Parts: sequence; structure tokens; C-alpha cells
Amino acid sequence: MKTEGKKRVWEDYQKEIAEDHYYFQRSCIRQNFFPGSETAFLKILTGELGRDIMDDPHHTTCTGIGYHADIVPFDTTMTVVARHFALMTENGYENMIISCVTSFGIYTEILETWKHFPEVLARARRYLKKATGREFNIPKNVTHASDIIYKFKDQIAAKAKYRLINQQTGEPLKVVEHIGCHYSKMFPSWGVGGAEFPYVLQGMVESWGGEVIDYPERRHCCGFGFRQYIVRANRGYSVANSKKKFESMKPYKPDFVVCNCPGCTMFMDKWQYTISEMEGKTYDEYGFGIPVLTYEEMAGLVLGYDPWELGLQMHQVQSEPLLDKMGIPYDPAEKYKTASGKTFRLPAEPTSLKVCV
Amino acid sequence: MGKYLDALKKDVRFVEGMKSCMNCGVCTAICPAASFYNYDPRLIVNTVQTHDEEKIEQLLKDDIIWYCGQCMSCKTRCPRGNAPGLIICALRKLSQDTGLFAESEKGRQQLAVKRTVGDNILKIGYCVFPDTVIPEKHPEQGPVWEWIYEHRADIMSKFGANYKGRFGALRKIDDKDLAELKSIFDVSGGSDLYNKVEKYSSRKAKEMHMHLDETNDCEYVTHVMDYNSNTHSKE
Ligand code: SF4
Ligand code: SF4
Repeated sequence: MKTEGKKRVWEDYQKEIAEDHYYFQRSCIRQNFFPGSETAFLKILTGELGRDIMDDPHHTTCTGIGYHADIVPFDTTMTVVARHFALMTENGYENMIISCVTSFGIYTEILETWKHFPEVLARARRYLKKATGREFNIPKNVTHASDIIYKFKDQIAAKAKYRLINQQTGEPLKVVEHIGCHYSKMFPSWGVGGAEFPYVLQGMVESWGGEVIDYPERRHCCGFGFRQYIVRANRGYSVANSKKKFESMKPYKPDFVVCNCPGCTMFMDKWQYTISEMEGKTYDEYGFGIPVLTYEEMAGLVLGYDPWELGLQMHQVQSEPLLDKMGIPYDPAEKYKTASGKTFRLPAEPTSLKVCV
Repeated sequence: MGKYLDALKKDVRFVEGMKSCMNCGVCTAICPAASFYNYDPRLIVNTVQTHDEEKIEQLLKDDIIWYCGQCMSCKTRCPRGNAPGLIICALRKLSQDTGLFAESEKGRQQLAVKRTVGDNILKIGYCVFPDTVIPEKHPEQGPVWEWIYEHRADIMSKFGANYKGRFGALRKIDDKDLAELKSIFDVSGGSDLYNKVEKYSSRKAKEMHMHLDETNDCEYVTHVMDYNSNTHSKE
């Protein structure tokens, strides 16, 4: 009886995630810092799961970082998004997958606004028509790319070559899952598990053998803060908020952090380096820092993709200690080679954060 | 009603975000900006709620509206359904429309935002692109980024990207698509906001006897990007 009630309540926290035929909206930050993650996402969807997804070169930035740094007005961002809906419509698609959490938040904000203020929707149609001659349908289904991996997590688990288990001890890996604020804090019904029990990453981790850590600052923002990072004078805000999280998670000895927002992934990686330079401090036992992965990288490792093709060497905190724990083989000689086999001078070594060469 | 309140009420984010505040302070308790800056989002909501035009004008000229990081954690938690973060979006827009942003240290930084992310959007169709994350300006990115930046044309393809190619990750956005983006900015008020930020900043630069030109290395842009009076944060 008790479990049934819980199940019913849990159903209220679910969202609809389309089965197939998606139009893909790339992310500026993910392409910039983790291009291998979007590549892996498309490979998983088409290669592993046999889904149809359109990667349209004609979409642009959604202007999201500019919008949240207040330099792009709402009406402009809304019309850029309307253009993306038009491209989706013209190509015969109805389901949209969004790679960036900032974008995803913007799409949800706009769709919710249109629901409550039809005159704003009418204005979007008018502006788009005037600016580009285009018209659009509102998508039937809008998801963040992590929702899709969540939906197919058990199919991925069935194909897993490696699991989130420490091969030396047989224990589940301890994982910090960090969900981007704009995934469901603004409009809870748009996220798996809502704002109270966001389950999108935890579901993957548990399905692939790992264990999620519940630590005090689990839901605190990574500290991006848009203008608080873009403007050099404000960056103290950004690093201080990440630090608050690291201090809070450290006692739980996480094996790695996984994020669904590309911005959070980048900041939680790079600020560990910055803190180590500023204070000589690292947040693991051995001075290597805590690796911070995208969920596509986590899925890719589970599926046995080459870590160097996934782009793990693009992170400042290196992931070899994690690969060793999972029992994943890698060739150190391939790490810094380009696709054509060239090797350049290796990245310089930080002052105190240890790296694997 | 007065001119500021009328303008705020035209912003759909203000209408959505401002119900009625009971001063409980839950938004401040959860706010990452409040844990770093001398800052209390509750005060902003409460001030706007007074409908006092003079006090609202004071807000528009003050650093206080520029501390928020727009995480929107406050929207989830406010027991009255307010969203301080959304009210702040509307105040910031109005502060730029009226030129009052140029009266505060943190407000003046909007020119730095416009000259970086703002210009990237219209010039290349991305908010950020590898070419724009210049290591000297981003020491926090560390040596691995420096290595990627230096060899970006060779390295990116290993991860399936097509740097400055015609499709895929990091493609060059087509001129026709960029023209549509520009046209959207012209029609919907985006270009107008850029122009206002430039215009009021240029006025302020003159007043402060600082040189401002179209480069990002000029005195005024460097100043707004780097200057910190160190009077804002808790420690
Ligand atoms: S949480 Fe809501 S009601 Fe409470 S102080 Fe903040 S805005 Fe006012
Ligand atoms: S949106 Fe702004 S005011 Fe609200 S919690 Fe986040 S930083 Fe604080």
C-alpha cells in the first residue's frame, strides 16, 4: 500500500520524453569545451539505439548567455528560439532535443510564457515573419539531451562494457551528481523528478552500478552567474560558489562528479585548478582533484568508447585515476595525439594540481 | 503609477515574478549571490513593492541589482510565488533603457558584456567560440585550455568537431543564417539595446575622462572589465 502511494506520487514527477525523430539543438559551451560529448551523444542515439536525429547546421546560438547576462532582451531571445522552431518545422520534425541547460531553461521559460501570455506568442510570430519570412509550429516535445540518455539508460546498461564499480574493491563508485540550476529550478514540471527530486543523473548512475552522494550543498549553484563570470572583476563570485560545493562534498570522497549542464562541467573542472593555484588545495586524497564528467562522457565510458576520443584529456582535472578504478584500458601515447597522428608540445603542468602525463 | 513602474509592468518577467512579498527572506537564504556579496534579494522585492518611484530610481542606479547570478533558485523556493531573479531581469533591462546602469560600478560592466558575448553572438553566431576564449584573458582556464587553444585547428577533429567547417560542432555559421540573426535583433529590440549600452557608456567615459573606442583594449573597456572597488563582498 505504502509503495503504491509512493509510486503514484513519483508519477507526478515524471515528464514525457519522445521515443524517436528528434531535431538537435547544439550548445555553444559544449561544442567549445566538450565537443566529444555531443559526438558521443549522436553516436549513442543513432549507432547504439537506432534513433533518427537531425543535426542542422543552420541553427545558431540561442543567445542564452547574452540573455542571462542581460545584454539580449527577452523579445530577441524569444524570436531566435522561434527561428529554431521554424527550422525544426520546415524539416518535418516535432520533437526537439537541447544540448545546453541554459538553452533548455530558456526554451522552457519561453514556452511557459507563451502558454500564459498568448499576446507574447503572437508577437514572436510577427517578429519572426518580419525578420526572416519564416513561420513555426510549437514542438510537441522538448527535452534536454540528458533526459534522452535517462530514458534509454537501461538499454545502455544492457550494452555496458564497464560499470561504475571500483574493480579493485568491488564497491560502487561514489558519484556527485550536479544538475544545472536551469534544468528544473525555474519550471519544475519540465525536469525528471522536478526541482525537489531531480533524478535525471541519479537514474543513470544507479542503472550503471554507481552510488550517488547526498552532501549538504548538493543543490547549490556551480557559481557561473553569467555576468559574474564574463566580467573579470566579478569572477570571485563564481569560484567562491564552486569552492563552497567542493568543501561540502570532500568528506564523502567522491570518485567523480557528473553534470548535465556544460557550463557547470567546465566551471567545476577549471575552478579546481584555480583553487589549487591560489591556495595549493585539492579535493581528493592524492592531489589530482576530482574528475568532472559530462553525462555523455560517463555513458561513453560505460559503453567502452575510447577515453581520448571522448575528449577526457580536454579537462584540466585528469581522469586516469577514474579509468584505473573502472578497469578501462587506455594508451598514454595516444592521449595528446591529433586525429592525423601529430603530437604537439604537451600542456604545461600546474603548480600543485597533479596531472598524468 | 509612475514612469518606472509603468515600464516594469510592460515586462512580462516582472508580471510573472512580482506577486506580493511577505519579507520572509527565504530567497535570501538560498541565494548564492547573497552568500558572496553584501546582498539581499528580499530587499529588492520589498523596495519595488512600495511602488515608490524615487526608491526604484535609486535601485536602477545602484550596484545592488547587478549582484544576482540568475540561477533562479529563488523562483523555486519563494512561498508566495515571486521570482526575485525575474524582477531583477526587468530592473536591469530598465536600467539599461534609461542609461542609469552607467551610474554604478557593477552596472557599467554591461559594456564589457556587450563587447564580448554580445558582439560574439552577431559576429559569429555563438556566445562563445574557441577563438574568443583567449588564454591571457582567461588564466583560470589553465594549461590544458592553453594547449587546446594553441592547436585548436588540429585538435578539435579528434573529438568529432568540424572547426570552421560547414556542419557539425564548431562549424562556421553561414552568412545567410547570421544575416537572419541580425535581422531578428533589428526587429525585436536587440540591436537597440546594444546601441543604448554603447551610447550611455560613451557618455560616461567622457564624464570619467577615459578613452573609449571600438577596441576592447581601450581604457574604458579595460576599466569596466577589471575594476573592482572591493566594497561588494562579505569578506
Ligand atoms: S521568498 Fe518570496 S515572499 Fe519571501 S522575501 Fe523572498 S520574495 Fe518575499
Ligand atoms: S536568481 Fe539571483 S536573486 Fe535569485 S537566488 Fe539566484 S542569484 Fe539569488
